[in-house]
Amino acid sequence: MFRLLSVASALPKCRKTNDDLSGFLDTSDEWISQRTGIRERAVCTDESLTELLTTAGKEALARAGITAQQLDLILCATIKGDYITPSQACIIQKELGAKCPAMDIGAACTGFLYALDVAAGYFVRKKVQKVLVLAGDVMSKLVDWKDRSTCVLFGDAAGAAVLGEGDALKSISLSAKGNIDFLNIPHVNGNSPFDSIPEQESFLAMNGQEVYRFAVSSICHDVKEVCKQASISISELDWLVPHQANLRIIESAAAKLKIPMEHCLTGIEILGNTSAASIPVVLDKAQSESKLKTGELLALSAFGAGLTTGACVLTW
Amino acid sequence: MILEKVIAILAEYKECDANEIHENSTFEELELDSLDTVDLMMTFEDEFEIQLEMSEDIKTVGDIVKAIEEQK
Repeated sequence: MFRLLSVASALPKCRKTNDDLSGFLDTSDEWISQRTGIRERAVCTDESLTELLTTAGKEALARAGITAQQLDLILCATIKGDYITPSQACIIQKELGAKCPAMDIGAACTGFLYALDVAAGYFVRKKVQKVLVLAGDVMSKLVDWKDRSTCVLFGDAAGAAVLGEGDALKSISLSAKGNIDFLNIPHVNGNSPFDSIPEQESFLAMNGQEVYRFAVSSICHDVKEVCKQASISISELDWLVPHQANLRIIESAAAKLKIPMEHCLTGIEILGNTSAASIPVVLDKAQSESKLKTGELLALSAFGAGLTTGACVLTW
Repeated sequence: MILEKVIAILAEYKECDANEIHENSTFEELELDSLDTVDLMMTFEDEFEIQLEMSEDIKTVGDIVKAIEEQK
């Protein structure tokens, strides 16, 4: 089916610590770090999502040793591209000079896993040989900076991966369970003089306790499921690569799965929750730290608004 | 019986002596934050094979026991 030829990421240059936020919010480094593990995050100032994704995409192509013209498909997992239309994937296609089909995948923080599964289908149908999977969001523009319970949790980032033919993907599983209440961001409003629907503020709203419970149980369920599908035991995994939403979600799920934290990749401490980008970004961070070795078994597991979940087992 | 089991789970989670936890102990006294509460609810669900709703009315060890008894 496919294998990962490369992974890359891009972060905005501006970093904000918890102390920086406590300068204008009633919060503290102690409160944020104890509840989330987050110490700092990167936020966009003069960078656009397009710039971050283009940087990550170009680097992923260079690392894979291929050109944009060799791509057969571009998928971009994002909540909100720089334009309502065209899709963010088409914008990156233009930036890279690629000529292949391009489309966005909307599955919130699970978007990277959803995009991998969509790509897998194209490989199985032998429609593609090289696919660029992008994932990114500028969450700092989607949260209410007056709501201390949510704005401190997120950061901005972009990730990219180039997929080529191979047999690294051992199993993959997606889910969705039609829930709006626990995690949502209402859309922007137009100015139709005929619109009678009450205007909603376009800020992220979240029921933290319910999302926490959903996240821990879905990581546990999904990792067991994809390991079963791949005919491996959880103890054979070299790395658990969970979506980075909250360190305590990762610690709780890892404990329930009996996976030592030394075998979990994390980046939440310096990134915050970077939505769909979180998994490719921590993979890139781990490879830059020479943590990952060829042939190692990884379980990727993500969850997000929808409520969506996705997990897979693949070899590095 | 349920009270003893709930106290034992709380003591293990808090890594403290079970004698320090009583029916009237509040989450605040036990220094449990909102995410600890969710974690513990999930443990109780597994342990007692029940489904618990998150509720702001659950504030003490006794409240947990009552919620579990209602589901049993």
